[in-house]
Amino acid sequence: MIANAPFSLSCPLPELSFDRIMLGHGSGGSMTRQLLDEVIFPALDIQGEHDGAVLEPVTGRMAFTTDSFVVHPLFFPGGNIGDLAVNGTLNDLAMCGAQPRQLSLSFILEEGLPIADLWEILHAIRIAADSAGVAIVTGDTKVVEKGKGDGVFINTSGIGTLLPEANIHPRRIQPGDRILLSGPMARHGITIMSQRQGLQFDAAVTSDTCNLFPLTRLLLETCGKDVHFMRDPTRGGVATVLNEAALSSGTGIHLLETALPLDSAVEGACEILGLDPLYVANEGLLLAVVAEAAAAAALAALQSHPDGQQAAIIGTVVAEHPGMVIMESRIGGKRVVSMLPGEQLPRIC
Amino acid sequence: MKHLEEYRDKARCDALLQAIEAASTRPWTLMEICGGQTHSLIRNGIPALLPDPIRLVHGPGCPVCVTPPTLIDQAIALAFQPGVLLCTFGDMMRVPGTTISLQTARSQGAAVQMVYSPLEAVRLAQQTPERKIVFFAVGFETTAPANALAVMQAHLQHIDNFSILSSHVLVPPAMTALLEDPTCVVDGFLAAGHVCTIMGQQVYRQLAADYKIPIVITGFEPVDLLQGILLCVEQLEKGTWKVENQYERMVHQDGNAAARELMEQVYTTVDRDWRGLGRIPQSGLALKAPFDRYDAALLFDVQEQPYVDHSGCRAGSVLKGSLSPTACPLFGKSCTPEHPIGAPMVSSEGACAAYYYFNNN
Repeated sequence: MIANAPFSLSCPLPELSFDRIMLGHGSGGSMTRQLLDEVIFPALDIQGEHDGAVLEPVTGRMAFTTDSFVVHPLFFPGGNIGDLAVNGTLNDLAMCGAQPRQLSLSFILEEGLPIADLWEILHAIRIAADSAGVAIVTGDTKVVEKGKGDGVFINTSGIGTLLPEANIHPRRIQPGDRILLSGPMARHGITIMSQRQGLQFDAAVTSDTCNLFPLTRLLLETCGKDVHFMRDPTRGGVATVLNEAALSSGTGIHLLETALPLDSAVEGACEILGLDPLYVANEGLLLAVVAEAAAAAALAALQSHPDGQQAAIIGTVVAEHPGMVIMESRIGGKRVVSMLPGEQLPRIC
Repeated sequence: MKHLEEYRDKARCDALLQAIEAASTRPWTLMEICGGQTHSLIRNGIPALLPDPIRLVHGPGCPVCVTPPTLIDQAIALAFQPGVLLCTFGDMMRVPGTTISLQTARSQGAAVQMVYSPLEAVRLAQQTPERKIVFFAVGFETTAPANALAVMQAHLQHIDNFSILSSHVLVPPAMTALLEDPTCVVDGFLAAGHVCTIMGQQVYRQLAADYKIPIVITGFEPVDLLQGILLCVEQLEKGTWKVENQYERMVHQDGNAAARELMEQVYTTVDRDWRGLGRIPQSGLALKAPFDRYDAALLFDVQEQPYVDHSGCRAGSVLKGSLSPTACPLFGKSCTPEHPIGAPMVSSEGACAAYYYFNNN
């Protein structure tokens, strides 16, 4: 394969003398070289001349993040661990108000992993990075014995440059602010759970993994400093992010159950499994807190983008009940949406 | 989901709330039995919408919450036995035994796996004949038939590496125990709809007559619950004590005959300890011969220790409605949602946990 050639999913897996990862691929010797030169570097378009990347200086503020990805199964409807890792890292930068620029990727591969699986994961990484306009500038590969990993673990770091309008901090959240959600909740968590358990639903449920930077840029360009806080509610879901926001800002949050966007298939799955979608993980959802005066423009901006068509205003920041999230139910009652002590577990009754 | 919308309709709920207010001339204390009903009541914010005279007391109907710590200890001990894989429903993972939970045990090397159905555990036993699969069979009359079916399937297919640790409990003996207590302040019951779907209505007629207390078999959606409350209040105001069936779309007079027959084939009733309530006679189900060869408590040399609660936990009084959670000396001190001691602190909608979240946030 020629580096810098146009890249697409149709790129075939190169002819190799091995079809599975072996311990020797992590030895640092010629097998490692072969894995890098024939599989990883061409797939990701990395030159691989140094152990580190040399970057040009930038002006202005920068954002820096790191993350690790350990999803099981590795492949799921809507994505795989590869694009999940790229999007997750991009989103951490985007939530700071930054434009993602460079990524690093470290793989911990389990002995016995089919090279075809690794190839498909690398493809997803490349497509996610290319479409976001970010460069993968450095990385690392280690191999662990069979049984000591889960196929592939990916660790990433990311660097971004802050957009001039960005001033994002939970301390800026004020009573009167509106809370926006960019789309339906709980898609990623329910997809993973249904894959693990072999559950079938009438309608296909797919992960929402995506790069949220286009949405955060739209929001910041439209509303500037009126965007007070942004977060992608991953593990712990929307409820956990809102509780953290309420606690760090010393404000209360009032949610409206009827305003929460939810796909009917996901809602049905949550009912069956006894799960509250507010606590289920997302991988491509933006939660933003914006000044009251900017809320309508913020909603219109999000809805103008294909990934934000189902965006909604889901609640209001209030001075009452500081540190607490209270939701008004569909029948007009109220309940505390608390922080869970641990992971949410399916209910028996 | 569409078929549920009519039972979640705000206008219908508003009308029912008005009717309840109009019907209530004095304070009444009602108990919903089932944990699923409690969950729905809290999730929809119904207690605060009810007119002042109506007070709801959350009953002992969460099977995970009432499983005694000593039985969880036994499950943990099994999970540490060589070759054993203990399978459990998810929400049992977090509940502490005397010292640790199944979740903590797993982090210490015990073999514990979460499953969604007992048949999944049977399948695991088939697929891994070298392992001994033990299913922690928790639940009321609702889960008992499915667990009986799993045992029956193992029996018919000669799957000898499958067994269950039975923690099955029954609703009517618990209601009797509550009613026998002179401090119990409950005026009427919302009976658990899904339990009655299996067991029918007959047993509740006897209870209603014996204790002169109205019992309304009630569903789980907001409209169901408010209708159940209204029917109960109307009876109390009239001074009647009938069994009424609000949940007609699911509950038939005689319940589910096939499920009951299976239960009778497989189980026998035994005395059982309840967390917070103590030992209740004939309130549990255990496997009977020839199915007792699938009883993990008999198969393995891991016995349940006697349950003696020295903690000072007042969960029994909270469950009977005679004590406010905050009046318990352990509340918020040694007993918190992270380290629950009594049943009502275990699940987030338990009376104690609900108070804790309101007061500590």
